[in-house]
Amino acid sequence: MPTLQETAARRSTVARSALRPRRIRKRASWWQPVAAFAVFVGLWYAVAAYYDQTVELPYLVPYPHLVLQAIVHDTRPDGVPTGFNAELWAALGRTTVVSLVGLAAAIVLGVLWATVMAQAKGLEKALYPYAVVLQCVPILALVPLIGALFGYASLSRVIVTVMIALFPMVSNTLFGLQSVDRAQRELFELQGAGRLTRLRKLQIPAALPSIFVGLRTSAGLSVIGAIVGDQFFQRGDPGLGVLIQVTASRLMGPELYATIIIASLYGIAVFLAFGLIGRLAVGRWFDFS
Amino acid sequence: MSTLTTAEPAVRSTLLDFRDVDLVFPDGTAALGGVDLTVDRGEFVSIVGPSGCGKSTLLRIASGLESASGGAADVSASRIGYVFQDATLLPWRSVQGNVELLAELHRAGKADRAAKAAAAIGLVGLTGFEKHLPKQLSGGMKMRVSLARSLTLDPELFLFDEPFGALDEITRERLNDELLRLFAEQRFAGLFVTHSVSEAVYLSTKVVVMSGRPGSIVARFDVPFPLPRDPDIRFTPEFAALVGDVSHALREGHR
Ligand SMILES: Nc1ncnc2c1ncn2[C@@H]1O[C@H](COP(=O)(O)OP(=O)(O)OP(=O)(O)O)[C@@H](O)[C@H]1O
Ligand SMILES: [Mg+2]
Repeated sequence: MPTLQETAARRSTVARSALRPRRIRKRASWWQPVAAFAVFVGLWYAVAAYYDQTVELPYLVPYPHLVLQAIVHDTRPDGVPTGFNAELWAALGRTTVVSLVGLAAAIVLGVLWATVMAQAKGLEKALYPYAVVLQCVPILALVPLIGALFGYASLSRVIVTVMIALFPMVSNTLFGLQSVDRAQRELFELQGAGRLTRLRKLQIPAALPSIFVGLRTSAGLSVIGAIVGDQFFQRGDPGLGVLIQVTASRLMGPELYATIIIASLYGIAVFLAFGLIGRLAVGRWFDFS
Repeated sequence: MSTLTTAEPAVRSTLLDFRDVDLVFPDGTAALGGVDLTVDRGEFVSIVGPSGCGKSTLLRIASGLESASGGAADVSASRIGYVFQDATLLPWRSVQGNVELLAELHRAGKADRAAKAAAAIGLVGLTGFEKHLPKQLSGGMKMRVSLARSLTLDPELFLFDEPFGALDEITRERLNDELLRLFAEQRFAGLFVTHSVSEAVYLSTKVVVMSGRPGSIVARFDVPFPLPRDPDIRFTPEFAALVGDVSHALREGHR
């Protein structure tokens, strides 16, 4: 997760792009991606036909239209009602809630943690190792403990999400708060500005671009966290993670693929949405690209 | 012992008085060794000296960012403007917002702030650019914003640390003329660090030359040309002669 370096690279790119004439934006072309998608679907059909006809395990690689059917209709092609489609959207809703609640908690905790560390080198030395440790602890090892402490339902799912999504918030916020250069700090110091004023009017605004870089990464991770948390803690209403396990164990090929596709699309949507939010918030003065 | 005091505006006309000021950094670097320097009301003093001789350090002591480790550094200006080498604008604030910053840090009211900023922006000729962001400005314009920001303090003593060092020759000359005009109108005392001897002579009423580290003042020149200064003065033999003398002293001090 090289988000620090990513941010640093972005910053230096910004510095350089001031000198270079901006590259003329290429005209958006639509047909190459469409052609690639057509090739992909074609290959998928070929592989599906192979698994259907030759291997005779059709649920391992179901035909694309069956997957699409599972996503949009509550019935099978032969008209048998499945109830799966409604279940899929409900699961997406639950996973969305868990990931967003977890992300919100990760933002608050991460920004606070980083702000505390930015107050003194000693605090940073004392607390940063734990942010790294947090990232190194295998979550799987903590599952029984978290379950015993917080139950095997939503709360534990949220906790796993926070643990997975927290680190980029901490590291990027800290990096951002410390990115203020000496002259700017002294400008405030010369006017007798206190620590809080400096934090509010200098460090936090200066940190926003890297906070948003961290936020985008954390948002993506929060989706992973919510799905993984779901698979660890299966009590209560199922989210996408439970649905993946259930459909896989019951050999429900199209439904399994449908769930995976929806989970991926949700992950992509979250990543794009938070990228956009960052752009809207600071793109006016900061060049992300 | 350091004795940096920021007293009430005194009737006394000396705003900055350094006597035998030393500075040794904690790592043992002796940056200044016995600096004697005064800046009076109505004076504009330029400092030239080899790189690393402690010019910035001297300004930092004058502003209170650093304290002297020996001698007496008295500053009796109540409001000090400090213009850094970089414009150090906050990129998320507009020109207006940047110029208002210092008054804001002093908790001035909104209307007061806006009035001060408008006046300062007018003084540096940036009226009409209030809503621009720093990234939309040229280097010279950014420096003007930085000047305007300090002007809102209505400083008695103005410290400049190579403010125009990064600008091209034409922009630099134009800003020199603006600075002279501001000096004439605002009546602050100036202490100006530069690498350009002709800039120093053109702007100042007095030029001092520093030796290599540990820095001390090895030569002083009064600049006899009247204010306001005609830009063409730079092409007169008298100007060239004085620039020659200062450059010579600079080379001597370098040895
Ligand atoms: N905080 C510090 N700790 C130790 N040494 C320092 C510190 N700040 C500056 N110095 C040293 O003190 C000397 C004087 O530095 P200063 O920045 O005042 O030089 P300068 O005359 O402004 O140089 P330049 O013309 O290149 O800007 C330099 O040798 C520098 O390395
Ligand atoms: Mg310097």
